[in-house]
Amino acid sequence: MEEKIYVDDIDRSIYDIKDVEDDDFRMEEGLTADIIKKLSEEKDDPDWMKEFRLESLKIYNELKIPDWGPSIEGLDMDHIATYVRPKSNMENTWENVPQDIKDTFERLGIPQAERKSLAGVGAQYDSELVYHNVKDEVAEQGVIYTDMESAMKGEYADMVKEYFMKLVPPSDHKFAALHGAVWSGGSFVYVPKNTELSIPLQSYFRLNAKGAGQFEHTLIIVDEGASLHFIEGCSAPKYNVANLHAGCVELYVKKNAKLRYSTIENWSKNMYNLNTKRAIVEEGGSVEWVSGSFGSHVGYLYPMSVLKGDNSRMEFTGVTFAGNGQNLDTGAKVVHIGKNTSSYMNTRSISKSGGISTFRSSVVVNKSATGTKSAVSCESLMLDSESRSDTIPAMDIRTKDADVGHEAKIGSISDDAVFYLMSRGMSEEDARALIVSGFADNVSKELPLEYAVEMNNLIRLEMKGSIG
Amino acid sequence: MENNLLEIKDLYVNVGEKEILKGVNLTVGSNETHVLMGPNGTGKSTLGYAICGNPRYDITGGDIIFDGESIKDMPVNERAKKGIFLSFQNPLEVPGVTLSAFIRSSLEQKTGQRMKLWDFKKKLKETMALLSMDEAYADRDLNVGFSGGEKKKAEILQLLMLEPKLAILDETDSGLDVDAVRTVSNGIKIFKERCEGSLLIITHSTKILEALTVDTTHIMESGVIVKEGDSSLVDEIISKGFEELKAGE
Repeated sequence: MEEKIYVDDIDRSIYDIKDVEDDDFRMEEGLTADIIKKLSEEKDDPDWMKEFRLESLKIYNELKIPDWGPSIEGLDMDHIATYVRPKSNMENTWENVPQDIKDTFERLGIPQAERKSLAGVGAQYDSELVYHNVKDEVAEQGVIYTDMESAMKGEYADMVKEYFMKLVPPSDHKFAALHGAVWSGGSFVYVPKNTELSIPLQSYFRLNAKGAGQFEHTLIIVDEGASLHFIEGCSAPKYNVANLHAGCVELYVKKNAKLRYSTIENWSKNMYNLNTKRAIVEEGGSVEWVSGSFGSHVGYLYPMSVLKGDNSRMEFTGVTFAGNGQNLDTGAKVVHIGKNTSSYMNTRSISKSGGISTFRSSVVVNKSATGTKSAVSCESLMLDSESRSDTIPAMDIRTKDADVGHEAKIGSISDDAVFYLMSRGMSEEDARALIVSGFADNVSKELPLEYAVEMNNLIRLEMKGSIG
Repeated sequence: MENNLLEIKDLYVNVGEKEILKGVNLTVGSNETHVLMGPNGTGKSTLGYAICGNPRYDITGGDIIFDGESIKDMPVNERAKKGIFLSFQNPLEVPGVTLSAFIRSSLEQKTGQRMKLWDFKKKLKETMALLSMDEAYADRDLNVGFSGGEKKKAEILQLLMLEPKLAILDETDSGLDVDAVRTVSNGIKIFKERCEGSLLIITHSTKILEALTVDTTHIMESGVIVKEGDSSLVDEIISKGFEELKAGE
């Protein structure tokens, strides 16, 4: 117990099982206007979308790679296949999903989870959704949960056109532009006025193909007075070639509506996770983010909330676990625009075996946002002396009456606490895992039970073999 | 000596470079109650930690025999499973782990099987009532925000739930008000009656002993046991103090 702790790469055996690549179509690697046109044709895009993609590509070529965060030099865009379509059309009965893909999701527990407690499930394999199902009673309430492609072409085409990448424009940053150019798959959700969904909707993203990118687009509109809990899970097996995830999530929370958006991200440790998530909240509405980041080699992830309406509010609860070889730059942003708006960020970051975990928070209070309340709290736990944890808070306050607070704490596991737990019979590994799980319970408390269990299992996996 | 539960033989213990225990000999039989007294800083707590296996306490000489087996190289959790329990002087706060979940998981470690939730809850509730503990504490994070008294009661609660063979109580009575000491003392008595366990009580006062029958009293000074006697020795120390007792020899 006095010895130093060494942690091997975790046993990710469930997540790392690779399926044989058996694609219908695989884009040639690299990024040119011709490739984008081909992609657009292949996907049978409406004209406006084709134009949108080409315009985004232009912006992509003009923008610089960000230089303020972890290095993404290992990412060679010329060798990331942008679009891989699995050999499957979308199905709404589980039986009809091809066996190998089905096996993967079965291993990850997706259909079981659906049977238990979800209102609807979408499962994306590489670039396309392969399975989609919404419970009848949810559909009867008028809730729309479908894949983006169908939404763009079907009944909701106008709605998609009206909202698509309006909150996160391609000009936002280089990877938003990339997303605009090559996006594929993802979910569209519309919850009609005054409709309350008591059980969550879920989507699960799985990237199997080697050296591919996943660029799913999630567009959620929660109409006035409605409420929704949406859960997103992500995983991929590990290859020696870098994979890229540059998804985009746009959340529109209307007047007095409520949205909770939960994510458990466990991408493989060669993944560059450059994801953009943003919510805009109208009067009296609220958005709650619950976020667990465990995987990826490099991550840039800062869900942003724009509190546009008066009395709107946001809450962000997150945990980031950076192990060997991981550099996870995560955080949250909020922009207060409406009057009497409030924001609360509560995050925990854990780093071990040389992992780097950085927490960035950004609180912007516009002149119009009188009566703003904001609190940011960040705690870090470093499991050994080679790991690193940084906190970078930014605040831009333009009102006189804002009530803004920030607190940060950094610590390590106390040997005394480990000894105390062990003195009742627990093994050292269990004791450490229990302390780390306890540290991250701000997030697990907010998740539905089976997700909390999955998260604790992930922590347990991460902590396994951590005794030298 | 079949009857001996714990035998400490010529034990030397270092903390860092500093030698704290300098040849301690002490024997506790089955179902016996022993009291360990002595001035502050003489190594009483060190002995407790060394018996239960805190890795910060280096055993440099001698041996600890528990239930006929040397345990000095055994990790702390294995010793716990064999039936050694230490009630901490300053129980640690562990956020995110509830008292009830902690006790249940400790029990599972010890017995190798998971107790039925219903049975567990029932037993926990009854035991908490014995200790006049508010049931709400079961679902609170382990010791987080507990008062000094509640922390000590939580230790005795663990003792009664885990039913070890040997309980070492390290100043469990310090900082408690009169009622709390009485509750704790009764709890210890229940442990004796129910489990026929042995006790090694480190204390400065007689209050905690009121409900108990003391078999042997040991006095420690500067890392060795300097005097042993029966329960009357406790009263002698309380009335005379360690200095006078020593001078009288």
